[in-house]
Amino acid sequence: MGDVIGSPLPNPSPEGEGLEQPAVTLDAFLDQSNATAVRLEPDEDARALIPHLGRLELIEIAFPAYRDGRGYSSARILREAGYKGELRAQGDVLVDQLAFMKRCGFDSFAPEAPLNDEVVAASLARYDRVYQPAADGAAPVWKLRHG
Amino acid sequence: MKILTGNDLASGAVTWWAGSWWSRHVEDAVDVGEDGEAILQREDGARRVNAPYLIAAITTPEGPRPAHIKDRVRALGPTVRPDLTLKPADPQAGEWVI
Amino acid sequence: MYKYDQYDQAIVDARVEEFRDQVRRRLAGEITEDQFKPLRLMNGLYLQLHAYMLRVAIPYGTLDSRQMRMLAHIARKYDRDYGHFTTRQNIQYNWIKLEECPDLLAKLATVEMHAIQTSGNCIRNISSDQYAGAAADEIADPRPWAELLRQWSTFHPEFSYLPRKFKIAVIAADEARAAMRLHDIGIQLIERDGTLGAAFYVGGGMGRTPMIAPLIKDFVPAEDLLSYSEACLRVYNRHGRRDNIYKARIKILVHELGAEEYARQVEEEFAHVKALNIDPPAAELERIQAFFAPPPFDAADVELDRSDPDFAVWLDQNVKPHKQAGYAIVNISLKPLGGIPGDASSAQIDVMANLAERYSFDELRVTHAQNIVLPHVAKRDLYAVWQALAEAGLAEANLDLISDIIACPGLDYCSLANARSIPVAQKIARRFADPARQRDLGELKLKISGCINACGHHHAGHIGILGVDRKGTENYQLLLGGSGAEDASLGKITGPGFSEDGVVDAIERVTDKYVALRADGERFLDTYRRVGFEPFKEAIYG
Repeated sequence: MGDVIGSPLPNPSPEGEGLEQPAVTLDAFLDQSNATAVRLEPDEDARALIPHLGRLELIEIAFPAYRDGRGYSSARILREAGYKGELRAQGDVLVDQLAFMKRCGFDSFAPEAPLNDEVVAASLARYDRVYQPAADGAAPVWKLRHG
Repeated sequence: MKILTGNDLASGAVTWWAGSWWSRHVEDAVDVGEDGEAILQREDGARRVNAPYLIAAITTPEGPRPAHIKDRVRALGPTVRPDLTLKPADPQAGEWVI
Repeated sequence: MYKYDQYDQAIVDARVEEFRDQVRRRLAGEITEDQFKPLRLMNGLYLQLHAYMLRVAIPYGTLDSRQMRMLAHIARKYDRDYGHFTTRQNIQYNWIKLEECPDLLAKLATVEMHAIQTSGNCIRNISSDQYAGAAADEIADPRPWAELLRQWSTFHPEFSYLPRKFKIAVIAADEARAAMRLHDIGIQLIERDGTLGAAFYVGGGMGRTPMIAPLIKDFVPAEDLLSYSEACLRVYNRHGRRDNIYKARIKILVHELGAEEYARQVEEEFAHVKALNIDPPAAELERIQAFFAPPPFDAADVELDRSDPDFAVWLDQNVKPHKQAGYAIVNISLKPLGGIPGDASSAQIDVMANLAERYSFDELRVTHAQNIVLPHVAKRDLYAVWQALAEAGLAEANLDLISDIIACPGLDYCSLANARSIPVAQKIARRFADPARQRDLGELKLKISGCINACGHHHAGHIGILGVDRKGTENYQLLLGGSGAEDASLGKITGPGFSEDGVVDAIERVTDKYVALRADGERFLDTYRRVGFEPFKEAIYG
């Protein structure tokens, strides 16, 4: 597993040991009462987690293919439901997608292919202004125009 | 015969593998035999070509003639704008495509 | 028309720099073509048959002379001196160099233009009625809402990796001049009990499986337009098919769920989304509407001098009534006999820019039929405008006639095509070259696509032609009876296909049959709908 960008939790070691709880599947999570980390596949309903957000520290959303944008909706739905824990995008995550992902509520990223730190920083800082509200709380331009 | 074609990365121009370089003219295309995939990967990786692919062509006195009409249009240019093709002075150029 | 403020400009400028960096990384080999492709597509840059093709956005088809002149400049400096106006009111350049594209986009940004989201699996250019703000039959100018939708959809973080492309049209009149029902979302502004709102049609489209969008919600209050759209998109993003590129449009989702179930899911999501304060305040709409206030009309109504017969013909065919007395809507045909449908040279683009600035309150429109409109021309200026157009080869008096053909670029330009479409269009125009014959045939919307992707809207043609590949040769299928207007219908395939010359002959047999069967005042489409398919099928195949 590659480096995780932005995670408040300590990175797991390559062997998978470390302080982070393993993210279980949605089915397993709904069965287990003590898991604090879950992994959501693109075709799974984020709303199934809503009753359990209080006990989750980490929700990892899978991006098996960068074209599959379902994870963006899942992320926003979870933040809209009040989830405050770590929301991680894992998989085929391209550097040019990070800004959108952040806006949808992701705060950490586990891309399969390593990313260049400088390019990551540039991508995230590119846009000062946004046109529409999203999960990041950034004021859309119309709010700046009218207060 | 099998020939390689693609586009120049920076300019977008249609190019044809001429044995050791990429030419803009299909007449220069060489038969790559069984080596097409290997050449393609190498050249793409070195960015001497973009989005290359292997196509069938027949040998004619005028040079290789791509088997598919699409690649013949690529080789010449738009048949409806002879002035924008590689052969603006040749009134038969469009016929070659069809 | 809308003018950028500092925020709009900052966003476009940031995009220019972002793309410049992405191109640099591609040229330096830091990213592969596979990684670069979605990035360049979201910036409207295709790798096409001859070179890179750039599709520049013309939001809801509206632009001014300064922007038009820049399009001419781009054609001269970065391309081969012409541009192609498309069926989604955009412009395409076919010979762009990747290494020059960042500079080109920087120049466009200086006149508030861009190529953002003109390709890719995201929300594309919002299209609208080319007569907006000029036609008498609209209940409001739809373009402020189109502008709201444009801003809402630009770099929308949740909807940039949809299952497939997404096209929205906004109109405000019953007469549907923007093929609204054939869009992924078609919005018609309507009034109910004195309140402004919109009817939402979702799930239209052409391509492999053409569908007319069903009505999903009959009235959405105007202030909820964006949150309702957000709900529609979210349901699509979550549930649209991603297993098969040919089944990935929203029309398939709506069809497979059924309109009722889709509407129910949207309603559920809408209830949730509405609480998120997605919708801008009324002040924002008012701010935008101010840009679309009517121009300072001051020309008196005049009696037109029709003594020049060519001018009279052009008046009757290409000039439409304006809601303001003393004014008229001028249609500029980009379908001259022997020309390429939708193409204009840089010189012609400059002529149109100058005419707009001088005679049309500095405004032009691009239509989905690949023509140009000068929306506000004083009647007293019509003769001067016509003379200038005639001198520039832009006065073909064929609006909506058989030679006013919508044609995709086809195999001459497009790597997706199976057959060339432009030569067929040219042959048809030549066969029917006699202007009197064309006027006698009357309104006959002929649309040609070079492949099943239907960029030429062939399903919506009164007569449609689809180019196919038949064992390595170009072959053409004929369709009859389609319409993209408010009486939307999909064309029916007549039978076996034809060669290029064969399809021209077949069309002539169709039009001859129409002339033989028509009742007084009937267009071809009316006669077809009255007598049915069989008489025409027999005329074609014997």
